[in-house]
Amino acid sequence: MTVIHERESNPAAGDADRPIGYGRIQRKEDPRFVRGKGHYIDDLVLPGMLHGAILRAPVAHARLVSIDTTNALAHPKVLAVITGKDLEGLKLAWAPTLSADVQAVLVTDKVRFQGQEVAFVVAEDRYAARDALELIDVEYDVLPPLVDARKALDADAPLIRDEIEGRTDNKIFDWEMGDAAETDAVFASADVVVSQEMVYPRVHPAPMETCGAVADFDAVNGKLTLYETTQAPHAHRTLFAIVAGIPEHKIRIVSPDIGGGFGNKVGIYPGYILAVVGSIVTGRPVKWVEDRSENLMSTSFARDYIMQGEIAATKDGKILALRTNVLADHGAFNATAQPTKNPAGFFSIFTGSYDLQAAHCKVTGVYTNKAPGGVAYACSFRVTEAVYLVERMVDILARKLEMDPAELRLKNFIKPEQFPYANKTGWVYDSGNYEAAMRLSMQLAGYEDLRREQLQKRAKGELMGIGISFFTEVVGAGPRKHFDIVGLGMADGAELRVHPTGKAVVRLSVQSQGQGHETTFAQIVAEELGIPPENIDVVHGDTDQTPFGLGTYGSRSTPVSGGAVALVARKVREKAKLIAAAMLETRPEDLEWEKGRWFVKGDPTAGKTIEDIAMAAHGTMTLPEGVDGNLDAEVTYDPPNLTFPFGAYICVVDVDPGTGHVKVRRFIAVDDCGTRINPMIIEGQVHGGLTDGVGMALMEIIEFDADGNNLGGSFMDYLIPTAMEVPDWETGFTVTPSPHHPIGAKGIGESATVGSPPAIVNAVVDALAPFGVVHMDMPCTPARVWAAMQGRATPPI
Amino acid sequence: MQIPAPFDYVRATTVENALELLARHGPESRVIAGGHSLIPMMKLRLSRPEWLIDINDLFELDFILRDGGELRIGALTRHSTLLESDEIARLFPIVRDAELVIADPVVRNRGTIGGSLCQADPAEDLSTVCDVLGAVAVVRGPGGERSLAMQDFHRGPYQTAVGQDELLCEVRIPIKARSGSAYEKVERRVGDWAVGAAGASVTLAEDGSIADAAVGLTALGLEHTITEAAGLLRGKRPAEELFADAGRLAAEACDPVADQRGPVDYKRHLADELTRRVLRQACARAAQPAAQTQEG
Ligand SMILES: Cc1cc2nc3c(=O)[nH]c(=O)nc-3n(C[C@H](O)[C@H](O)[C@H](O)COP(=O)(O)OP(=O)(O)OC[C@H]3O[C@@H](n4cnc5c(N)ncnc54)[C@H](O)[C@@H]3O)c2cc1C
Repeated sequence: MTVIHERESNPAAGDADRPIGYGRIQRKEDPRFVRGKGHYIDDLVLPGMLHGAILRAPVAHARLVSIDTTNALAHPKVLAVITGKDLEGLKLAWAPTLSADVQAVLVTDKVRFQGQEVAFVVAEDRYAARDALELIDVEYDVLPPLVDARKALDADAPLIRDEIEGRTDNKIFDWEMGDAAETDAVFASADVVVSQEMVYPRVHPAPMETCGAVADFDAVNGKLTLYETTQAPHAHRTLFAIVAGIPEHKIRIVSPDIGGGFGNKVGIYPGYILAVVGSIVTGRPVKWVEDRSENLMSTSFARDYIMQGEIAATKDGKILALRTNVLADHGAFNATAQPTKNPAGFFSIFTGSYDLQAAHCKVTGVYTNKAPGGVAYACSFRVTEAVYLVERMVDILARKLEMDPAELRLKNFIKPEQFPYANKTGWVYDSGNYEAAMRLSMQLAGYEDLRREQLQKRAKGELMGIGISFFTEVVGAGPRKHFDIVGLGMADGAELRVHPTGKAVVRLSVQSQGQGHETTFAQIVAEELGIPPENIDVVHGDTDQTPFGLGTYGSRSTPVSGGAVALVARKVREKAKLIAAAMLETRPEDLEWEKGRWFVKGDPTAGKTIEDIAMAAHGTMTLPEGVDGNLDAEVTYDPPNLTFPFGAYICVVDVDPGTGHVKVRRFIAVDDCGTRINPMIIEGQVHGGLTDGVGMALMEIIEFDADGNNLGGSFMDYLIPTAMEVPDWETGFTVTPSPHHPIGAKGIGESATVGSPPAIVNAVVDALAPFGVVHMDMPCTPARVWAAMQGRATPPI
Repeated sequence: MQIPAPFDYVRATTVENALELLARHGPESRVIAGGHSLIPMMKLRLSRPEWLIDINDLFELDFILRDGGELRIGALTRHSTLLESDEIARLFPIVRDAELVIADPVVRNRGTIGGSLCQADPAEDLSTVCDVLGAVAVVRGPGGERSLAMQDFHRGPYQTAVGQDELLCEVRIPIKARSGSAYEKVERRVGDWAVGAAGASVTLAEDGSIADAAVGLTALGLEHTITEAAGLLRGKRPAEELFADAGRLAAEACDPVADQRGPVDYKRHLADELTRRVLRQACARAAQPAAQTQEG
């Protein structure tokens, strides 16, 4: 194991900026992944297992007239065909979503989006199940679809949720934050006001592994074991208990290796429920794994925000206020995964990294005939949209003021001494040093030289653009009193056992989808107890084996479970102190800790290592009063606040003036995620997020035609970036620990996805400045860039 | 996992055997080469052959052979083989230009020139390449062998002259001295099909003027080469204004459709822009000393 003591990539970093817990070590999970020994849902084979397939609606909006399953049931390998009617009998036709709405498990009355679940076939093998789908006869009475969210509230718009008593329109919610009157007053007296409509198109997380489940209901003891692709096993257990009426102690959720989640695997999809029903009905285990098109067309999408932004400033570039009106397309059911009190997630953090006098946002959520979902894709509950809005608006303001966008940002940052900083929409930022990160990023980029090069290129008619984005993230939901998901508070448990020989196992509620939990959490214990990470096993993903907690999304694992793990290790350390004192025949207060051992103050030779203490704890020695015979502990950590990672990103693009093709030449990402644990894992998270950002900025969009047909249902149509589209990422860091987190860590999972799209779009718009382009919407495909160059930039929806 | 409709499968051992199998299993049987067009369509159940006749063991169709004034390429030659062939890159640089932007290495390791031409997807790149190089397709069937010029082989989107009971066996490309060729494609992402692409082949006369030229477009709604462009270019000296005129003709000749890759005006613009670029490059290559010495 290598211990890196170098100061990593920040030339200005001091000792305090060093990573903790053995730093840059190789990931413990990688040997199994690189050797093809990962174990995913589709690898699971249970004795007697059957296979399910879902019949999906071919149209976006239609009344269901009839379903005839006779021919499918006659297929020699088919055991069951389940329809909405069957589920109605079981009271399972509709299931609660994570946003206080309901979603149809199988259509009973009306199809509400293309790809919606209509029937479920259970057969001896996967091929038969798929073939039998074609044997089901369904008659639809096609209705006019509502595709354009802008028309959702028109008087003549088709009513999508007509099954809800008393519902007459498609509005889901109106939600606002900030002081409208105060904001309007600041705008009214400002020297400069600029406004811009911008669209953050519908995109999809598209994890490499699609969603799936194996349900195994044991009719004898009434126990359901459900193997699922879930980022939140414990929340699923409770929800299944509520939805299916199975007592919670009779439900075990197992989430094995997960091939990417990005929020796509937070919610409960009809397929999971259908696998359970299939197993109950047939008495055998049922596997259901969706294919790529099913994943793209029916599971949780992300974004789909139409935002009208306005920014007010003095003429010398002091930003005064921001306001925005957002139209949010939530699809046919409101199934966004977000803390209950936040229908627009954390979008109200749209004030970004700037010290403003006033801010106000209003979000209106509407139903359309599109797939439900809405908050997935590494976005920290809509911070992605918020950061995009503010970072584009600041750039547009810089253009208007003829100021350098870096200079404008530097002038308006919240200052280090202003932290903890209460913004105008109710958030209290924990810590930050924005100027330092911005200056480091500019230094790594060679910002001045880049601007000079750009001038020379422009003189020759070449199109080079430099884009900046400075983001503040808000992650680690969250304090129980403010954050819950369908009533479940967002605190996390952790259990730690140190075995007699000093090897340890730590049990977590969060579930990795590639974030390297088995390494990072071992490193946190290693830091606290001095046990090397390779001697610490991390157990997760099985509700029968782990304590309760809400799961991995919104970059919450390190901020919440990471805090829990540090605290549980400290609890063990304190217990070890009592035992060590007894072993050394001294008082606990006379002991001092150094990594891995307690020793007598002033006599370093008299000490006991954690291994000695573990053996003694489990041995025959008489333990001090109140200390039981083990070296175990458990905690539940309720974080006092969220954490606020931040970063300064600079992107350099070249645009082919003849074709509009955008090439990302360089990307400099300086991230501050507080105390750093494993820099290699941090960089991996950043690399992945930046790649996501290139995808969204340049190519990704789920489009619909006028009939509501999904035009992004395959990887031929829904493009995700490859290694060829991304530059060699240049990363740097600063360290501003979170003052309230046990180890000062803030979380890094989504920073780059949140922060990178505006940097890229800002760079493209900057490149197109000679054509008078002030804004263009994503995705910046060659055709759309060319249209912008012709003065015809149009929104994608 | 996307699952095709049920089908049967048989591996052919020789060309004769493949033809026999095609005859035996009738109209619902299909040849499978690299499978990178056929299998995706089967998985989406857009194509439902009852029999797949696998020709991947027909090594006699996997060759690149210089034969007098022609280069012969077997139908089973993989994209990756075409890409890596230095002889092809020297004689017909357009092939390497195109292969570099066809799909990705995984697809190129399996996909074949025969499958590409027989699939005849409007966004497929090698048809344009073969068009501008004046290639001839050699097809065998129960009635024997026939050679078809590209304009007779290629009948429109997804349509060729190859009958259900026939096999495309090889492609022959004439080698000409003082010739150069080039291909350029705009794609939304590496591995994506073309938004639009253009290919050109140029032969210079001894005095440096253009003796013959062919320009073709991919995914822009134009079958075969642009006759007007060839007429315009012939006899003239390579020059920017000439390329610009040819570009204009290409924009007029094409008939693109709007889709997610772009609207009609943009695609028309690409026909113009890319035509100019490939002509510029093809002329430059034809003028290089290496091109002078190629025997005709
Ligand atoms: C992700 C992806 C991206 C791609 N991108 C591109 C691209 O950018 N540009 C491009 O040009 N292509 C692209 N392709 C297509 C690729 O080049 C295919 O390999 C090619 O189109 C078909 O070749 P194949 O050998 O795989 O044919 P197959 O799929 O095996 O066959 C295609 C058709 O041709 C018939 N056929 C095959 N060989 C013969 C023969 N010898 N005689 C008679 N009939 C025959 C088959 O019966 C079938 O109907 C892409 C493919 C994929 C999967």
